[in-house]
Amino acid sequence: MRRSKLAFPALLAASALALSGCAASGELTLTVPDVPMKTELGAFEGELNIVNWSGFVDPKWVDPFTAETGCVVNSRVAGTSDEMVTLMRTGEYDLVSASGDAALRLIVGGDVQPLNMELIPNFSDEIAEGMKGQIYDVVNGKPYGVPIGRGANLLQYNETVTGSAPESWDVVWESDSPYAGKITAYDAPIYIADAAVYLMYHKPELEIKNPYALDETQLAAAVDLLKQQNAIIGEYWSDPVAQITSFVGGNTVVGTSWEILKKFAAQDNLKTTLPVEGSTGWYDTWLISSTTPNSNCAYAWIDYTSQASVNGAIAMNFGMAPANIAFCATDADTQAHCDQFAAEDEAFWDQVWPWTTPIEECVDGRTEVTCTSFQDWTNAWVTVKG
Amino acid sequence: MSAIQKAPQRPVSTYLHKRPNVRLIALLALPMTWLIGVYIISLALLLVTALWFIDPFTSKVIPGFTLDNFINIFTVPAYFSTAIRTLAIALAVTLVCILFAIPLGIFMAKIARPWVRNLLAVAITLPLWAGYLVKLLAMRLTFTEQGLFNWLMEPFGITGPGFGVPVTVLTLAYLWFPYMALPVFTAIRQLPHNLFDASADLGAKGWSTVFRMVLPLITPAIIAGSVFTFSLSLGDYLAAKFVGGSTQMIGSIIASNINLNPPVAAAFSMVPIAFVVMYLVIARRTGSLERM
Repeated sequence: MRRSKLAFPALLAASALALSGCAASGELTLTVPDVPMKTELGAFEGELNIVNWSGFVDPKWVDPFTAETGCVVNSRVAGTSDEMVTLMRTGEYDLVSASGDAALRLIVGGDVQPLNMELIPNFSDEIAEGMKGQIYDVVNGKPYGVPIGRGANLLQYNETVTGSAPESWDVVWESDSPYAGKITAYDAPIYIADAAVYLMYHKPELEIKNPYALDETQLAAAVDLLKQQNAIIGEYWSDPVAQITSFVGGNTVVGTSWEILKKFAAQDNLKTTLPVEGSTGWYDTWLISSTTPNSNCAYAWIDYTSQASVNGAIAMNFGMAPANIAFCATDADTQAHCDQFAAEDEAFWDQVWPWTTPIEECVDGRTEVTCTSFQDWTNAWVTVKG
Repeated sequence: MSAIQKAPQRPVSTYLHKRPNVRLIALLALPMTWLIGVYIISLALLLVTALWFIDPFTSKVIPGFTLDNFINIFTVPAYFSTAIRTLAIALAVTLVCILFAIPLGIFMAKIARPWVRNLLAVAITLPLWAGYLVKLLAMRLTFTEQGLFNWLMEPFGITGPGFGVPVTVLTLAYLWFPYMALPVFTAIRQLPHNLFDASADLGAKGWSTVFRMVLPLITPAIIAGSVFTFSLSLGDYLAAKFVGGSTQMIGSIIASNINLNPPVAAAFSMVPIAFVVMYLVIARRTGSLERM
């Protein structure tokens, strides 16, 4: 899968074509509201309101930032991507740490502004290659987001029960799974992409090229697979604590997990693996509201948190791979963290499809069909759980 | 020495005494502001939202008029089955609460010594002091694979049902039991002792005393309790999330749509309201509400 390496050049080419007014078919240009980009920095406003994941905003790195800039940081922790989108739309927040499934929605909704990368000097070559220029935060050639970190949706298994690492996701999808009734799955519409990743590998005749670009037939196939899985599911999880207790308490033997959840479960017999089909993952980026009155503080925050030490601190605190991989070489602890979360292993991330909001325009470049939107996925998800 | 003392001046009282309308307004201002300003208006806004559209990509709500969100509740099989499942769960919870509350009420009111009665009353109300989530997680831990239930039942070769509808019903019954047990206990306590004596004199055994004398007399209390157990169960979704396994309830659909598709969530929040109204109408037909 060389998608991530192709994405950026493809987008550059697409934007060049768009600029030259040449509407070649097959290019990916999205209709995005025209939000002006900031051209120069001004005086700090003294305030910054951030919607973020738990662990992204911590006094350890907020206090030095406030001391340096005078920007007082107010943090609002969100539980889900959808909540983040809703909160950003209130217009009360300046900055958000959105995952790819929220980021594209915010960009196309005109809720966030394109970024002037020249004003963010800390965004540099040290940012992991696989986190640059991805479709969820670079649209029509314009960058909207600055990467924070990423995590893969891995297959976690209880080794005491399974004996060895499952090689395939089939243990969570197929009706004859030996662990039927002891399977967990992520409880959100974006999980449909996981079904699509499985189908890409096992049902090539469906011709799925990108798990976030599903036409109606492909979505129906994914939903059928999810319904088949519903019969063997023990529990769906969206609350991390519930997922951990489910594995530790023995109710779940195999299922979707994050590296950090395994770490929190702290049981030697719980292991994670990336099966042969590959998987999905969440890539988080800083996005600035289009209506923010505090854009100078927001730019300062993005630049500040993009330096290796701060970006790494956030990544370690949350439990994910940092975007700035210069952090890894800091000391033995940071290297161990990067190794556990595969921060520098691009071959690993090549098998991971970053969460992206599905939209009607197929993100795999097809133009002859209309793809299903996130709204369709949301409606489909409810029918899966019946 | 002045024998006549001047009456204390009460300008507000005097003013109000002369003006009954102002009195009435002053009395009702606060509750009416709350009822209309907060309660009715937010309900109306909810209903209006249910008639609106959604932008398929940005999930933004667009004002308009469509009945699709309501029609979908009946035509999408998953929506309809979820509504029916939720109704069945709420009825089952109510039934379980009644089954436990009546014998307990009879024991507490008529058999137990005063100190036992007080102890039981405390035991019933004490869980109300614990947080809702704490109780949910307690049930989750109890019924988890390696939890208390399986550990206790292991010698008898019984394993728990696992997370699913039965444990959801049990958990909701546990959560709302005090709302049923207290009115039932109070009602039984108000039954005169000599009614039990009369029943026995006429040759009724225990069961027929319960069914032909106690039950009809405490029906209003049962209805009162069941309004709570039924309506609270209808709206719940965290129980399904924590102990329901893959169970989906109306609340789950509302919760998963509240950010992504507010009109669908709004339309669905009308379903429990409709169920409760139907329930109250049926309860009214039985005449129980007048005696509450």
